[in-house]
Amino acid sequence: MLVSININRYKCGYCGACVGVCPKGSLELVETWVEVDENTCMTCGICDRICPVGAIEVTK
Amino acid sequence: MKDRYDVLVIGAGPAGSIAAKTAADKGLTVLLIEKRQEIGDPVRCAEGVSKEHLKKHVEIDKKWICADLKGARIYAPDGTKIEMAEEIAGGEVGYVLERKIFDRALAEKASKAGAEVRVKTRAIGLIIEEDFVKGARLMQLGKEYDVHARIVIGADGIESKVGRWAGIDTSLNPIDIETCVQYLVAGVDINQEYCEFYIGNDLAPGGYIWIFPKGEGKANIGIGILGSKMGKFKPRPVDYLNSFLEKKFPHAKVVEMVFGGVPVSGSIEKTSTNGLILVGDAARQSDPITGGGILNAMDVGKIAGEAAFAAISAGDASNEKLEEVYEKRWRSTIGHAIDLSLIVKNCFINLNDADLNALAFSLKDVQFERMSLLDLLHALFKANKKLLWDLRVLFKDAAKEVVKSKM
Repeated sequence: MLVSININRYKCGYCGACVGVCPKGSLELVETWVEVDENTCMTCGICDRICPVGAIEVTK
Repeated sequence: MKDRYDVLVIGAGPAGSIAAKTAADKGLTVLLIEKRQEIGDPVRCAEGVSKEHLKKHVEIDKKWICADLKGARIYAPDGTKIEMAEEIAGGEVGYVLERKIFDRALAEKASKAGAEVRVKTRAIGLIIEEDFVKGARLMQLGKEYDVHARIVIGADGIESKVGRWAGIDTSLNPIDIETCVQYLVAGVDINQEYCEFYIGNDLAPGGYIWIFPKGEGKANIGIGILGSKMGKFKPRPVDYLNSFLEKKFPHAKVVEMVFGGVPVSGSIEKTSTNGLILVGDAARQSDPITGGGILNAMDVGKIAGEAAFAAISAGDASNEKLEEVYEKRWRSTIGHAIDLSLIVKNCFINLNDADLNALAFSLKDVQFERMSLLDLLHALFKANKKLLWDLRVLFKDAAKEVVKSKM
């Protein structure tokens, strides 16, 4: 399976909003980057929707 | 390195630092950790606080005050201006802080009180034994180790994982979050005594644009948009902010960019469990209408520090005990205010621009220097009867206020 969530770390402002809305707790804001647990992410796309700068792309 | 404490506080923002300070003042051994290498940076906040309220917590130090505000101006979509004087707006403005200095000063206070502070130290999981949180697994400079504590306080912000690790679902729905972008701009001619708010569905759907002066021709200009009004193919907060700046301040120089998510969910069902207390943004304790969170965080941090002391003194860190010494106390104070704000937010986000204009028009001549909640409701009644009906529960509080003022 292709990776279906892609976080552009050059665009990301590491604010953590995406982590707050992730229903599965699959995201984590480490320091200046966001990590995805691809085993639990269900690619619902809420993070993509609410990112203030559009740094996350979820494709289904 | 010491690996056993009475209290482990995860996150050194205002909630965490005040919790750590309060617990240490009571004589508990406290470890305060911060995942960033620098406390207070990067900023994720508009930095406004009420003067009077802040003074309840700390002695004001000019080092972290950027601007001293006299009032606030709110602009409706058609430009109608509502002006509020200091006493009224004081609920949410007063000082504009330099959070980078302020947050560090609070952590220093915790440290002075006896708490140990470790930066660039991140919690990567909880230690849970027999259904009790007993500490956390930490990582510092790539090295992992365990720290045991009788109570863990999760002050890990909007991106909180501590609650989730303990089985408390703190995930926010899109309608529960304002997503924000702010620029610190320089070289702008901005009145340094007033903060300004711009509302309107074309400007900031389900949120607002703010201008907070930061001294010497500088200001925080930012925007928050309600998550539920956003979409993959719609403009982002950054796009809305750029077009506002182009129109209003074409010559502004952006010297810093700030990004952030603000919980506007209202109080959540659970903020503690066996051995664990959540505080601040991690407990979604920011105000749903203004998005203000600093003072709530400090209030709750204090309650949490005292609660940790009460629970540890009683030798009981159970869910039931923490409900008594923590949950009940914050819910009956700031929790109540948060719930009222949530009611206002739920009305506000459904108003169209015509409603907002009508509302502003009826408020613009109100003598805000002497405004009480009752005056506000009276003005609202003239403006929009439907809105008044939606806000009817607030009457109870207005009535209480009247009784109080007559006593």
